[in-house]
Amino acid sequence: MLELTKSQPAQAEARTRRERFRATSDRSTTRSRRRRELQQNLPWMLMAAPAAVWILIFSYVPMFGLIIAFKDYRNNLGMWGSEWVGLRNFTYLFATKAAREITFNTLFMNGLFIITTLIVSLTVALLMYQIHHHPLARLYQSALFFPYFISYVIVSAFVFGFLSTDAGLVNRMLVSWGFEKLQWYSTPEYWRPILTLVNLWKGVGFWSIVYFAGILAINPEYYEAAKVDGATGWQQALYITLPLLVPLIVINVLLSIGRIFYADFGLFYQVPRDQGLLYATTNVIDTYVFRALRTTGDIGMASAAGFYQAIVGFLLVLGSNLIVRRIDPDKSLF
Amino acid sequence: MRDIYSNRFYRIRSQLTQTCIHVLFALVGLACILPLLLILSSSFSEEADIARYGYPLVPRHWTTFAYEYILKVPSQILRSYGVTTFVTVVGSAIGLLLMSLLAYALSRSRFKYRKQLSFYVFFTMLFNGGLIPWYIWVTQGLHLKDKVEALILPYLIVPWFVLLLRTYFAQLPEELLDSARVDGAGEWRIFFQFVVPLSTPPLATVGLFCILMYWNDWWLALLFINEPKLQPLQYMLYTILTNARAMAANPMTTGMSTPIATVRMAMAVLATGPAALAFLLVQRYFIKGITVGALK
Repeated sequence: MLELTKSQPAQAEARTRRERFRATSDRSTTRSRRRRELQQNLPWMLMAAPAAVWILIFSYVPMFGLIIAFKDYRNNLGMWGSEWVGLRNFTYLFATKAAREITFNTLFMNGLFIITTLIVSLTVALLMYQIHHHPLARLYQSALFFPYFISYVIVSAFVFGFLSTDAGLVNRMLVSWGFEKLQWYSTPEYWRPILTLVNLWKGVGFWSIVYFAGILAINPEYYEAAKVDGATGWQQALYITLPLLVPLIVINVLLSIGRIFYADFGLFYQVPRDQGLLYATTNVIDTYVFRALRTTGDIGMASAAGFYQAIVGFLLVLGSNLIVRRIDPDKSLF
Repeated sequence: MRDIYSNRFYRIRSQLTQTCIHVLFALVGLACILPLLLILSSSFSEEADIARYGYPLVPRHWTTFAYEYILKVPSQILRSYGVTTFVTVVGSAIGLLLMSLLAYALSRSRFKYRKQLSFYVFFTMLFNGGLIPWYIWVTQGLHLKDKVEALILPYLIVPWFVLLLRTYFAQLPEELLDSARVDGAGEWRIFFQFVVPLSTPPLATVGLFCILMYWNDWWLALLFINEPKLQPLQYMLYTILTNARAMAANPMTTGMSTPIATVRMAMAVLATGPAALAFLLVQRYFIKGITVGALK
């Protein structure tokens, strides 16, 4: 009994000692777990680091520059030193005719591009599928894809070769057929169709490959079954291919709509050769901002336009991606 | 009897459709090549012919005069070739390395910060500061104006390419990489010894897209380069085309001895011809890449 009572505190002491040991060992396991975790993650962090630093410098830091839109920017005062002016840049911008014009041109032309590119590249893909076993099919594909590799500087050079007033191929043909010469580079109305054509010329090769790939991914059993039932090529295209391509089409169109507030600078700047007379139809947000930066030097209005583009563009991308995610989570950006 | 008849009818009809499709494609294909033919034949034409008859699709009188004119003093075009080659090689190599390393880290499901880092990378596809803040930062913050880095750095990382590479890396067989880990290989060795050799198709595609992007670029030079020595090919071409236009507009400066239109076109051919042909040769890799990207 005595021994027992004697041993009770000893037991208690042993217990606390054991608990203390367990606690410290717990602490050391969390530490070692943390170290192991770090050891496991560190190489990946190091691998990502250089690119992450680049993204910080070239993408995130400039975002702070958006505050310029609310300042009277002066080169000598810099971004932080320049005076705050509230919404003045925006009231000035939206008081001009240019604001309405560049918004309309950007949306309208991009809308036109989305529709025409979809129709033509889908048609090309469907027709290509009809003959894709033929040895010539690859040649056609190469020819259609070739413009994708040509820079807009070159595009601008040959468009000039076609449309220049005196030596242009088109005017020469018009004259030889007994028509009047057209002043291509000073008539803005011509440029909506011209730019649409150039955009098609450059992009159809790419997009028809996208849709052609979509068609090739369709289970061939559908077509075999249709052939057994006596379906013609057109019927197959109409009742099998098109319906099965709808998800791909919807996603691509939605993603393009997400980018509808951003214009292709090369197309709108190089191809009309920066001709002031054509601005009515060729001036888009991107060219407006560039010209304000480089020629007129109106940083205030340009950065207001840039801010407007960034915010509206962001909302559009966000909206279109939310819809895309509902259709196909793998395709959405987030 | 009627069956055979209708069979033959269908066969003829389908053959007819096939022919129509071929004719259509031949025409459309021609329309895609024709504009470039205009540049090519103009460069081999006589200046007087262009002034008299306009830009030709087939030269009336063949001459290589414009090429001789350019190659007599080839320093400008050679220098621009040098700048563009340097920028393309260095930019594509570093960019591809950094992007694939980042994409590999993002593709590891056990990477603790994968979600946060992915958001950090891909958020830049949704939102950016726009041209003016970016321009001011690059010129006044980073002081890259008139430096060759200005032609390389801004294009190094393209989030879309990172996305493409990540998708591919995520599909690599995990067991293989795990067995390498058991053998004591670190992540860096796994990346260079296993992941890279297994991923040549997407790496080639992204590499080619990078090369195309750098090779055809005039935008960065338009923004940041005034120094003639640093003009890349496409930008040099752009300045020549615009200057030649300024000259042509003013008859006083148009000496009869300077062939403007043909030289301009010959310059376009020399500046892009070789590269365009090279891209034509590797286009199937592009097509493969687009196909993978389209279907993901």
